[in-house]
Amino acid sequence: MKQNDIRRQIAGRAIPLPGNDIDTDRIIPARFLKCITFEGLEAHVFEDDRRQMPDHPFNQARYQGATILIVGQNFGCGSSREHAPEALRRWGIRGIVGESFAEIFFGNCTAIGLPCLALDAEGVAWLEDAVSRCQEQEVLLDVEHRLVRVGERSVPAMIPDGARNQLLTGTWNAMGVLLDAGNEIDRVARSLPYVNGY
Amino acid sequence: MADTLLDKLWRAHTVRTLPSGQTQLFIGLHLIHEVTSPQAFQMLREAGLTVRYPERTFATIDHIVPTASQARPFADAMAEQMTVHLTRNCKEFGISFFDLDNDRQGIVHVIGPELGLTQPGMTIACGDSHTSTHGALGALAFGIGTSQVRDILATQCLAMAKPKLRQIRVEGRLTRGVYAKDVILAIIRRLGVKGGVGYAYEYAGSAVTAMSMEERLTICNMSIEGGARAGYVNPDATTFEYLRERPFAPHGEAFDRAVRWWKSMTTDPDATFDDIVILRASSIEPMLTWGINPGQSIGVSERIPHPHDAPDVDRAAWAEALAFMDLESGQPIAGTPIDVAFIGSCTNGRLSDLRVTAEVVRGRKVAKGIRALVVPGSQAVARAAEAEGLHEIFLAAGFSWRKAGCSLCLGMNEDKLTGREICAASSNRNFKGRMGSPTGRTLLMSPAMVAAAAIAGEVVDVREMLP
Ligand code: SF4
Repeated sequence: MKQNDIRRQIAGRAIPLPGNDIDTDRIIPARFLKCITFEGLEAHVFEDDRRQMPDHPFNQARYQGATILIVGQNFGCGSSREHAPEALRRWGIRGIVGESFAEIFFGNCTAIGLPCLALDAEGVAWLEDAVSRCQEQEVLLDVEHRLVRVGERSVPAMIPDGARNQLLTGTWNAMGVLLDAGNEIDRVARSLPYVNGY
Repeated sequence: MADTLLDKLWRAHTVRTLPSGQTQLFIGLHLIHEVTSPQAFQMLREAGLTVRYPERTFATIDHIVPTASQARPFADAMAEQMTVHLTRNCKEFGISFFDLDNDRQGIVHVIGPELGLTQPGMTIACGDSHTSTHGALGALAFGIGTSQVRDILATQCLAMAKPKLRQIRVEGRLTRGVYAKDVILAIIRRLGVKGGVGYAYEYAGSAVTAMSMEERLTICNMSIEGGARAGYVNPDATTFEYLRERPFAPHGEAFDRAVRWWKSMTTDPDATFDDIVILRASSIEPMLTWGINPGQSIGVSERIPHPHDAPDVDRAAWAEALAFMDLESGQPIAGTPIDVAFIGSCTNGRLSDLRVTAEVVRGRKVAKGIRALVVPGSQAVARAAEAEGLHEIFLAAGFSWRKAGCSLCLGMNEDKLTGREICAASSNRNFKGRMGSPTGRTLLMSPAMVAAAAIAGEVVDVREMLP
C-alpha cells in the first residue's frame, strides 16, 4: 500500500458542530445529488443550515481551513449518500470526532479514508471547549493509539477494530483486498442455492 | 447449536475473514439506481475493472423521475443526464435496467420484492439506506455508500463486520385503524433513532407473523430510521405464498426446492439474541411525528410535548424541532392544519396502502386549499390500482394520480414543498428540508392518517373516519 493511504494520525485545527442526530440531508441537501461526479459538492455542504443560521460554524471565518470536525451523537444518520462524507472531505475535513456516528455514514467515511473517532460526552465537551477557547489549537486524532490529543492532554477514543485496521494498513478502499479472494468468491457463489436455480 | 437467521445468512455468505478482521461477504442481489451509482461506475472504469456478476445486479430509475409528464428529454437537464448515464452504464456492463419504458420500473425497494428478485436467505445491498426493506422476506439487506457499490460491482462482495442482533417482539393484535406504519413509529419512539446502531433487528411476535408481506415491508423499511442498518422477519408461509409466480422467483419444482431451503433459513426456536424488546400491539394507537426526526412522534390522541419532558440529552433537540415545526407545546397534535398530503414512497406506496387510502377518501373531498397526491411505488402498483378503479376514487376526491417514483419523499423531481408548507406524508423521513423546501415541514403517519388529514385539512384521528 502507498504510504499516503495510511491513516495513522490526523492533526489540524478543528471546527465544532454542536447538536445530535444531524442527518445527511442536512450535510448535503438532496437537490445537490443531481450530479454524476462528486466534484464541487464542498460548495454546498450544510447549505440550508448555513442559510438559516448565519453563525453556523461552517460560515465563520475563524474555522475556515479547519480539518477536524467535532460532532455530537448519531452524526450522519439517514440517507446512505456518500455525497455527505465527500462534501465534507472536499471542504477540507480529514477526520471526524464525536460521540457517535450512524453506521452507513461511518462506513462511507472509512471507505474514503476519513477516520471517525468516538469519545464519550465528557470528552466531546472538553474538546469543544478547548477548541472554542483557542481555535488555533491543534487537535490530534490518533487512530493507532485510539486517542484524541489537545496540547498536553489526551483522552481515549473508540474506533472498531475493522475500520482501524483498514485505516492503519491503507486498505480502507476495500476493493483491492476483496479482489484478492479470487476464485473463493465463485466457490461461495456456487454453494448458494439461489445462485444455482435451487 | 441454535442459530439465528442472521447467523445462518452470515455463514452461508462468508467468503473469508479479511486481514482487517472484517468478513468478506458475498452479496446475492445488488440493486442500483441513478443517484448513487454513476460515481461507482466511474471508479470501476478508472480501476480498469468490469462487473464481476452482471446477472446479479439490477437497475431501476426512481429518485429523479418526474411523476407528471415523463416525456423525454426531461425538462430538468440534470435529471436527463443522470438517466442517460444509468442507461449507458447498464448497457456497457450488461446489467438489466428497468427503465421508464419498462413496465417493471418503480422505486427500487418496491420492485425488488414485487418482481420476486428479493428472496429469503439472500444477502442484498443497494446504495440506498432503505434497503433494509427487503429483510421482510427473510433476507439480510442493507444500505451502502457509493464506494461499496463499486466494491460489489467489482467483486460481488463487501467488507463488513457482523452486527449484533436485537429481537423486537410485537405481541397481540393491532386495534382498528392501527397499521404497520404505526407499529414501526412506535418502535422507533421507544428505542430512539440511534437505538439500533450496531444492531440488526429481527421483528417477531404474533402481531408481526399475522402481517401481510406488504405490512412487513413497511416495518423493515424503517429499521434504518431506528439506526439499525438491517431488519428482517423470518420467512414463513406468508413469504412463500407471496413469492409464488413472481417473475424472478423460482417456478415449478425449483419453487418447491426453494421452499425447502427457505424453511431452513429461519431462526432456530432456542436461539439467543443480544437483546430482546417486547411491545404490546394493543397499546399502539395511530402515530405521527411532531419533530424533525422519525423518533419524535406521539399518538394522535396525545399533546405536543414540551422540551422539559425530554430526556436531558434530547432537550435542546426537542426545542429546536418544535421551533422549526412551529408547533405549540401542550396543544393536542390533532387539529394541526396541513397544506399538502402525500401518499407514496418505498414505505407506503404499495397496493395495500392505496386500498386503505381509497377506503378513507371514497365519497369524500380533499379539503379546500390542500394539495394532495398519490404516487404509486411502481408501475405494477399503478396498474393494479387502476384495474381496481382506485385511481378514480382518488381523482374524484381531488387527489392527483401520478406516475411511479420517489417524488415528494425527497423532492429530487418537480414534486416539492414550497416555503413553510407542512405535509402529512406516508413516507419515512421528516428531516429538515427533506421534501425539497429548506424550510418545509413533514408529519409522518400511516397512509390512512394521511388520507384523513387530506379530507379534514388538518391532523385527525383516522379511527373517526373509518367505515
Ligand atoms: S421513496 Fe424515499 S426513501 Fe424510498 S428510495 Fe425513494 S427517496 Fe429513498
